[in-house]
Amino acid sequence: MPSVMLKKNAEGKLVFYVPKKDLEEVAESIEFDNPDKWGGEVLLSDGSKYYFEPMNQQPDFPVTLRAKRLDLGE
Amino acid sequence: MAALTREETEALIQEVLEVYPEQARKDRAKHLAVNDQSLEKSNKCITSNRKSQPGVMTIRGCAYAGSKGVVWGPIKDMIHISHGPVGCGQYSRAGRRNYYVGTTGVNTFGTMNFTSDFQEKDIVFGGDKKLAKIMHEIEELFPLNKGISIQSECPIGLIGDDIEAVAKKANKEIGKPVVPVRCEGFRGVSQSLGHHIANDAIRDWVLENRDGDESFPTTPYDVAVIGDYNIGGDAWASRTLLEEMGLRVVAQWSGDGTIAEMEKTPKVKLNLIHCYRSMNYIARHMEEKYKIPWIEYNFFGPTKIAESLRKIAALFDATIQAGAEKVIAKYQAEYDAVIAKYKPRLQGKRVMLYVGGLRPRHVIGAYEDLGMEVVGTGYEFGHNDDYDRTIKEMGNATLIYDDVTGYEFEEFVKRVQPDLIGSGIKEKYIFQKMGIPFRQMHSWDYSGPYHGYDGFAIFARDMDMTLNNPCWKQVKVPWKTAESSNVAVAASA
Repeated sequence: MPSVMLKKNAEGKLVFYVPKKDLEEVAESIEFDNPDKWGGEVLLSDGSKYYFEPMNQQPDFPVTLRAKRLDLGE
Repeated sequence: MAALTREETEALIQEVLEVYPEQARKDRAKHLAVNDQSLEKSNKCITSNRKSQPGVMTIRGCAYAGSKGVVWGPIKDMIHISHGPVGCGQYSRAGRRNYYVGTTGVNTFGTMNFTSDFQEKDIVFGGDKKLAKIMHEIEELFPLNKGISIQSECPIGLIGDDIEAVAKKANKEIGKPVVPVRCEGFRGVSQSLGHHIANDAIRDWVLENRDGDESFPTTPYDVAVIGDYNIGGDAWASRTLLEEMGLRVVAQWSGDGTIAEMEKTPKVKLNLIHCYRSMNYIARHMEEKYKIPWIEYNFFGPTKIAESLRKIAALFDATIQAGAEKVIAKYQAEYDAVIAKYKPRLQGKRVMLYVGGLRPRHVIGAYEDLGMEVVGTGYEFGHNDDYDRTIKEMGNATLIYDDVTGYEFEEFVKRVQPDLIGSGIKEKYIFQKMGIPFRQMHSWDYSGPYHGYDGFAIFARDMDMTLNNPCWKQVKVPWKTAESSNVAVAASA
């Protein structure tokens, strides 16, 4: 359950940053990305997948959230 | 000597690795790579920020060095207590040449060493009482200090002193910020964790001091310069450029910086990060908490300066953008003259670098402006995100080495035969004795500044002065003249 710092980059894409791992990746897709529902599975450009508990509104970026790593193991 | 091809470089790495025992070889192999610009991510080719192998010569520092030496130390109007035995503070004292304005010992304390000088009894009975006493002594002797930071050395964590409690109590008694920093040297693998811990201490103990206080008048052009340690006056050379383009520099972190500036930083509109490695943590925190955007910039060499000034200006309105162009135009004649003078003398020379966490990639542009080529680079304590940013800056098939060992670096140099090496004091004399010109790229070899347009002129002069010094023609490496000396011995017999 890493803490993930999320922000939007200049192109409006979601940037994923895990401080402990120096992981800085752009999110390719988000399962729910609507004004009234946000979260679910997030696929990063390096192929790894994370899961955020879906919430009822868009979080106010940048924000730190807890995520679950889905594809455990390298 | 012609540049090595990719295969030759790979063979060189294999050859160098051969002397290690199997386990060490496997580990070190992950830290050495041949640059491939087509890669997007460095973790495909290099591993970094791992514990150094026992038995090899590493030049890394410790968490205390990262916090006291780099992040906190330069804050001039605070007193930084090296809490623990006397050596850590004394042997690192004033070594980083963070210039500042002020009267040392009266209102600024940058080059002084304050320590709690731990003795056996402090280890046995704990040092909290001593620490509390020291802070009152400091208040009495140096009443113009603006705050105190407690920089823990290894024993503090080992014996479990509660410096946070002492700090809170002292803060109430003396009414100034007292910041405990848990930067014991044994934490982490290098000074890098010390930077992070120091950033976290700033976040927890300093940054929110003026939350809700709107008395500081702001302008739309307020910026903070973060991660410039004013080595040899670097931050001053950078600051003038930013001010000339119309920005107001509210805070300088932490070279020539003050605690008041740090407390005011949450009021700025943009954070400018020079040393990404040591200060990105706090920039990210401010982005999240105060919604202050941040960008990285690079003030080494005119190409990168112009690029950075335009990048910064693009985040402001047309006045600042015009200001940036004006600044670039204003200095153009100056830096063109520098290039015209030194480029013919330095053209085509090859450089190998091995520095800390920012310069291995930041200075590449400055060398290229002078027609030089960086053929090898590496970080002492960089992380993967640093290498991500390095791959694109470096040429294809150049060497990249992470936490290079003394042996590896020497072997690389022997084979690559660069014309100049830029690294630290621990490497300097080895390579000078090998007959290779050397510049210290941590302390600018007691010169500087190297940032900004003013700094570029000094940088170019220094590189020329070192590289084209006639002394190198006089240096005969003993092992290369063995034959001739044998002849001489025979003749004298």
